[in-house]
Amino acid sequence: MSDVTNLGVAALRDGIRLGEFSAREVADAFIVKVSQAKQLNAFIVETPDHAIAAAREADSARASGEKLKPLAGVPIGMKDLFCTKGVQTTAASHMLEGFKPTYESTVSQKLWDAGAGMLGKLNLDQFAMGSSNETSYFGNVISPWRRKDGGNEALAPGGSSGGSSAAISARLVPAATGTDTGGSIRQPAAFTGISGIKPTYGRCSRWGVVAFASSLDQAGSMARDVRDCAIMLEAMSGFDAKDATSLNLDVPRWEENLSGDLRGKKIGIPKEYRVDGMPSEIEALWQQGIDWLKDAGAEIVEVSLPHTKYALPAYYIIAPAEASSNLARYDGVRFGNRELPAGAGLQDMYAATRAAGFGPEVQRRILIGTYVLSAGFYDAYYTQAQKVRTLIARDFERAWLQCDLLLTPTAPSAAFALGEKSADPLAMYLNDVFTVPSSLAGIPAMSVPGGLDAGGLPLGLQIIGKPLDEQGVLNASLAIEERAGFTARPDQWW
Amino acid sequence: MSVDTATVKKVAGLARIAITDADAERLAPELNNILGWIEQLGEVDTSSVEPMTAVIPNKLRLRDDVVTEPDQRDAVLANAPVAEHGFFAVPKVIE
Repeated sequence: MSDVTNLGVAALRDGIRLGEFSAREVADAFIVKVSQAKQLNAFIVETPDHAIAAAREADSARASGEKLKPLAGVPIGMKDLFCTKGVQTTAASHMLEGFKPTYESTVSQKLWDAGAGMLGKLNLDQFAMGSSNETSYFGNVISPWRRKDGGNEALAPGGSSGGSSAAISARLVPAATGTDTGGSIRQPAAFTGISGIKPTYGRCSRWGVVAFASSLDQAGSMARDVRDCAIMLEAMSGFDAKDATSLNLDVPRWEENLSGDLRGKKIGIPKEYRVDGMPSEIEALWQQGIDWLKDAGAEIVEVSLPHTKYALPAYYIIAPAEASSNLARYDGVRFGNRELPAGAGLQDMYAATRAAGFGPEVQRRILIGTYVLSAGFYDAYYTQAQKVRTLIARDFERAWLQCDLLLTPTAPSAAFALGEKSADPLAMYLNDVFTVPSSLAGIPAMSVPGGLDAGGLPLGLQIIGKPLDEQGVLNASLAIEERAGFTARPDQWW
Repeated sequence: MSVDTATVKKVAGLARIAITDADAERLAPELNNILGWIEQLGEVDTSSVEPMTAVIPNKLRLRDDVVTEPDQRDAVLANAPVAEHGFFAVPKVIE
């Protein structure tokens, strides 16, 4: 038997259904891969028993002739931001170290209900705050990719879903969950040469997902190709009465309706995304993407999103403001760690607990959020940012009068080295320049690999769609995937 | 607009995060840098714009006022750093 860890979600699902291999063989093969990849630090907790239990169930269902569930026997990785019953859930923080939820997040429950198994909990930026995976309490995730310049500098796998992107591109898991607040699925997907989709806000329940910025957070899927992302997203999506912002809509059959034929579609190229100092390789890739979409039958139109340059500053007010509110719950009383200095009262306990439990980036964002929400500044910062957000959403609505989808680069560069930007928070924030506007507008967006830069590192293209048009986003992404022929993968050095 | 160390300490107090004088010294220029950058939002004319309240139009649902998951005390307390007699326990608040 060839190595099943080279197969993606669809191939594993179909192979198990046809009896080409057993679910147990699949689970065992991935469990070995995970156990051999400690150097990547992609997992915080490994859960081989969970994957094996799901595999046993799939194999016995097949043996008894039952209809197999949509993801029967497919083992996946779970970003450690999703609460998993009885399995440590930390959001990569010291604050939640040892926290074992007594409940299951809706998204993870849906995946288990679909027959998937869990290989482990994946590392991330602490409380999902970061673009490089350097803020995890459990150490940096190392990208499996290395520059082809003879150096072996450790590279960032992107953030915050960097454990997910590293694990998929290193073939440790066929697919994983991610969450995206300002680009945390798409930017790591671009950095590691995989695909990832953030659906419309409200498609996936946020119940049981450790909250960062509630009006932005949205779960999505990450995998090696567009089809696998569609399969995963179908299993994860759907109405949930427990989340007040969950959309009460049926989940479309995204996989069944996949088509790379874009005849009759208009693709907009937003001129404001041509930022100063953008590397020529990114420009060239973007042009290549335009040519591919034309080849798929689409018509290309130039559009304008005039408030693009204000998206990042608005995001870095809104996200920290919501974070400062959401993270107020971590005070050493109900869960997580508690610091109680000798003779301390309640207030001292709160302050000491939060000083010890949150890393520097989380503290920085809580402080910014507290500042912009404080008396005297609320209107100048927060209300103004929410008004600018309205203008950004309106820019997109106007663009949809001219086109069906947008094509942009995913990130302004290929993966950078760990440590390269960590001393300058602002430089790090600028990494999200292309992903943040669609997050603020709550619309679906996907990154697919487009090619390699001169250093041999992956570059991603982003497709942005109208609200609820995940199908359009997946289809245009598929058209790029079919033409890009991206087969590069990192050499195994770990 | 410039954030000094006294402001950083005040904000940290509001955020319930204990910080040292050295932390405040380090954070003041960092926060100044970030806040200076986000101040460019002031350039945007928003006089005729409503602040966004929801990204996707979605009516607030109300559910029936009934208990759905009774008797979860042990589950609720399971991760408490300190729990006593069926309650979360905290340091003495009143002498």
